[in-house]
Formats: sequence, structure tokens, C-alpha cells
Amino acid sequence: MSSAEGTEAAADAAPPADEEEAAPRDDLREGLLESIRAELGDAVVGSHIRPGDDLWVRVTNESWRTAGTVVRDKLGCTYFDFLSVIDWLPSPFGRDMDSQEDLTVNPVEAKAAVPMTWGYAGGETRLQVFARIYNIELGHGVTLKVDVADDDPTIDTWVPLFAGANWHEREAWEMFGVTFTGHPHLINMYLPGDFEGNPMRKDFPLLARRVKPWPGIVDVEPMPGGGADEEGEGE
Amino acid sequence: MTAITDRDQLATIAAKAADNRLNVDFESEGMTLNIGPQHPATHGTLRIVAKLDGEQVVSCEPIAGYMHRGYEKLTEVRTYPQVTTLINRIDWLGSFANEVPFILAAEKLMDVEAPPRAQYIRTILFELSRLANVSLFLGDLGIQLGGLSIGFYSFRDREFVLNQIEAVTGGRFHPNFDRIGGLKDDLPKGWIAETHVAMEKMRAFCDEAEDILIGNEIFQKRTRGVGIIPPHIAKSYGLSGPNARGSGIDWDLRRDNCPPGLVYDKADWKVWTHPDGDAFSRSWIRLQETRESTKIVDQLLDSIPSGPIMAKVPRIIKVPEGEAWVATENPLGEMGYYVVSKGDLGPFRVKIRSASFNNISVVPWVLRGVYVPDVITILASLYFILGDIDR
Repeated sequence: MSSAEGTEAAADAAPPADEEEAAPRDDLREGLLESIRAELGDAVVGSHIRPGDDLWVRVTNESWRTAGTVVRDKLGCTYFDFLSVIDWLPSPFGRDMDSQEDLTVNPVEAKAAVPMTWGYAGGETRLQVFARIYNIELGHGVTLKVDVADDDPTIDTWVPLFAGANWHEREAWEMFGVTFTGHPHLINMYLPGDFEGNPMRKDFPLLARRVKPWPGIVDVEPMPGGGADEEGEGE
Repeated sequence: MTAITDRDQLATIAAKAADNRLNVDFESEGMTLNIGPQHPATHGTLRIVAKLDGEQVVSCEPIAGYMHRGYEKLTEVRTYPQVTTLINRIDWLGSFANEVPFILAAEKLMDVEAPPRAQYIRTILFELSRLANVSLFLGDLGIQLGGLSIGFYSFRDREFVLNQIEAVTGGRFHPNFDRIGGLKDDLPKGWIAETHVAMEKMRAFCDEAEDILIGNEIFQKRTRGVGIIPPHIAKSYGLSGPNARGSGIDWDLRRDNCPPGLVYDKADWKVWTHPDGDAFSRSWIRLQETRESTKIVDQLLDSIPSGPIMAKVPRIIKVPEGEAWVATENPLGEMGYYVVSKGDLGPFRVKIRSASFNNISVVPWVLRGVYVPDVITILASLYFILGDIDR
């Protein structure tokens, strides 16, 4: 945005417009990260910067609420974008949910036991809560991540910080089974009240695939009519 | 700006008064009013349970989920090109616009860029989706408030836009046209001239809407000062699009942080804001934006470069490992996809951040203390699509 009033960080406010020659170093976001580190200290356990694009910060479970407050107040990220969860467990059913059809097409993928890997800013637990908040005036956002314990997935609520977190946390609670302590009204968002299980977890089977194999598994057959390659030529 | 703070205070006072009403138990029991799930004002199946005290809403609870389709789960078992078919159905009135941020996220991870011609056509179709969506909003708003005629005009004139979308993509509502690295097809012959004509008709529709609806005295009386959302509330709930700009937040993802792959900077247009934050300002913003959209389309049509419409991408698309967040300014507001890839044929996890979900989460706040007829006005002015809430 044009209204550059200098960031909280000492960065020489590089225009936050995306994709400016993919600079190897992003002073704006380095500065943001520095000021987060200065406030939170050891609570920052991981970070990642994609220059000219985005900033990821992973914090400890205890400091989740503090981290939100710091980023909101010190970095001016007052706009609440979303909050959700990633389940890093590789799906025990394979990506194609292991129907008979899929096994014939893709036998290797269905059988291989894939080790759990994490994305940007690392991770230690299976479930990871992540949220994105945004500074509208200066046009930069921060994606905050936090690990939640496998046996007791609990995390502080963000509702006192961002009123909009209310619905997002309800959705995360019912879909992933992450409990948000202090949430004023933790009830189902979408699912019926007597639904059992957390459907978005990777080990929750997609029952539709069990009933009927997915015809779209073969995605490479030519389009009807013409035989011309619709998706571009060559490998 | 003083106007905002004054209103802001009034809103806070009203909220406090509503809180007091909640705490003080009157002898009158109050009444629970169930609006929906199948009510014309809910655009589908949003149910609102409102506790009333006389004519005023004391508290309310929107209940979604009657149309939850689990798209986030379904994306995990589909390949990247297959996902666009699903996400078309999120905001079904502006469906092409749903595809774009997802495709852009995949392109970002693959480090692919669509050729300039495809970027122009993408942006034009994006704006046409906005026109189709927002023109229906103006008609719907009139219908909700008792001015039926504008509804017929909007359904009539929206066809001009839908025809143009259909001529390119073959689908009126679900184009499924955007591809990683470009577009499925080029423009048909004569399309540019026809679209100019359609834009002229849309501008005439805007004038008509301004005469019949926005400028109408009854409409203004019913919407001005109703459902005020101050900017800090809008931000903390994550309101976006015309709802945020109606609260005086000067923020439009087409201008600010526009993701690469859309060419809004090639056109000369204006972001409208309105300081009042009430139902009227939100409606007014949408009308102005419709005009701006026609301008954008006209300018881009005149400057489409020639060239290919697909970049070189492998036939079987595997997206490299990584995470990407891309958000665009969709007709309803900010729509974003957080895509996590593990180098597979399909995404590992897709978080769909849809505009209406955040826009409607403010409803319990904004409906406190309002009169029952205003509930409909406020819901209509926030303008949601059920598919965009439930996903």
C-alpha cells in the first residue's frame, strides 16, 4: 500500500507488493521476525520466510495467546484472516482412500508407509494449529503456527484477541478435535450434535470412497472430442 | 472520521444496553424466533435463532451446516486439476472467481506463470463473475426490502454477463475453466465486441438500480443507520470486500497485494469506501463497484495481448512440496486458499478461507438490539452465499 508510515520493525519498509524479483533476502519480513523474537524470546521455536511473499512463525503452546497479542499490537496485524489446523499424519488410507480401483492404478502409493514430515517452520506433533493475521495498512501478514500435544490437543483460545476466531475455533474443534480453553461457546459449527469423530483428521476414512470407487482416479485419459491435449504438451 | 467515532460510541452504547437487557430478566418471557433454515432471506439454509424482547433482538445464534459438503476433506483425495470442479460450487454466483486463487496458489508452488493473454482473460472473467454476483445482490436487496421491480431487472440484465461467460467457458454457473498455467481455451470470435455491449447494458442497469433502489427514499430510510459495523469490529471479525469497505476500511486485494497472475494494475479504476458502516453504505459500495468492474473489463478488453493461453506445464501435474497462501478479492470479499503440498498429485491439505464465513460471523454482534424487520435488512446487506459459509 502507498501509506508507508514505517513498520514497527526497523526495516526500511520495502514495498510489500508481491514478487519483486524473488530477492534472496526480505528485509521487511526479516525485520518483522526480529521484532517478534525480541518480544517472545525463546517462545519462537521455528520460522520461515519466503522472500517477497510470506512469513511463518512457530511458537510454543503456552505462548500462543501472547504471540497473537504481540503480533496484533506490535506489528499492527489487526485483521483476523483465518484459523485452522493441519493434521500432518500421512493418511493411513493413501491419498486415494485405498479402494480396490485405486490399488490397481497406484499400488505403490497405497502401500508405502510414509514418515510424518512437517511444512514450513517445522513441527513436533501431529496436529498443528495455524492462523493468519494481517496488517491491512501496510499489507503484510504473518502465519502463526503452534503444536498441540498428541494425547491432549489443547490450546488457548484467541476469542479475546480476535472476535472472529470464535467460529474458526468451533470449526477446528469439531473437525480436528482440538480443544480451545476459554472459548465461550464451543459447540458444533457444521456437524449434527451427535456426530462422533473428527472428520478432517487424516485417519478418519472418507466413507463415500468405501461405498463407491472414485471414477476420477484416472485423471490422465484424453478429453473427449479431438484428442488434443487440454493440459498442455509434453512431460 | 469523527463521524465514525461518534457512531462507534453509539454502537457500543447500544451493545451495552443489549447486554443489560440480557442480564435483567423482565417479567415478560421474551420470545424465541426461528428464522430459517428455509427462509427467503437466508439465500439457502442459514438458520438464525433469535431471542426477542418485544420487537428487539436480544441475542441471536446463526446455525450453519445444513449444506456442509466437506470440500476441504474432498480436496485431499483429488488431483489438482480436479479440485477446481469442487471449488466452483463454493460461491456459485461468482464461480470462476473461486477457481482463480486456488490455481494461483498451485502456480506459486510450481513456480509457473500464465502467459499474459491468459492473465488478461482470467482477470476479465473474474470481473464478469463479480458482475454476475453483485448484480444479483442489488436485485435481491430490493426483493428483501419490498421493492420487487429491481429484482426482475437484475435477473434480466445478469443474463448479458452470463451469456458472455457461457460463450467462453461453456458453463453459465460452473465454468471450470481455469487451469494451472493458463486457461482451457481462447476467446471465441466476436466476443470482445459483444462484451463491450454487455458492459454498456450493465452500466444502464446500474443507473436503473441507482434510480429505483439506492436513490429511493424508502430504501434509504430503511437502511441508513441500520446495522452499523465500526472498522475495528470489522477487522477483528475478518470482514472483507464491500462489507469492510462499507465500514471505511480502504482495502481491496485487487489493488493491495494483488497476487501475480491477475492484471488489475493494467486498468485505471477506483476503490470506493464509505465511512458509515451501515446497511446503506454496504449496498452503495456494491453498486459503485459494479460500475468500476465494467470499467475494468472495458479497459482490459481493449488491451488483451496476443499469444498463447497456456504455459508449458507437464501433462501430469505434480506440485512441489511447500505451503502457499493466495487470496483474491472475490465478489463476496477475501477468498483465500492455504495449500499444503507434499509433492503429490493432489494437495495434502487445503484450507479454504471463504469470505462469507467471516462476514456472517459478525451477525451475533451486529444483530443485538436491532428491530426484527432490520434483521432482514442487515442480512441482505451483508450479502452471503450459503455455499460460501458451509463449503
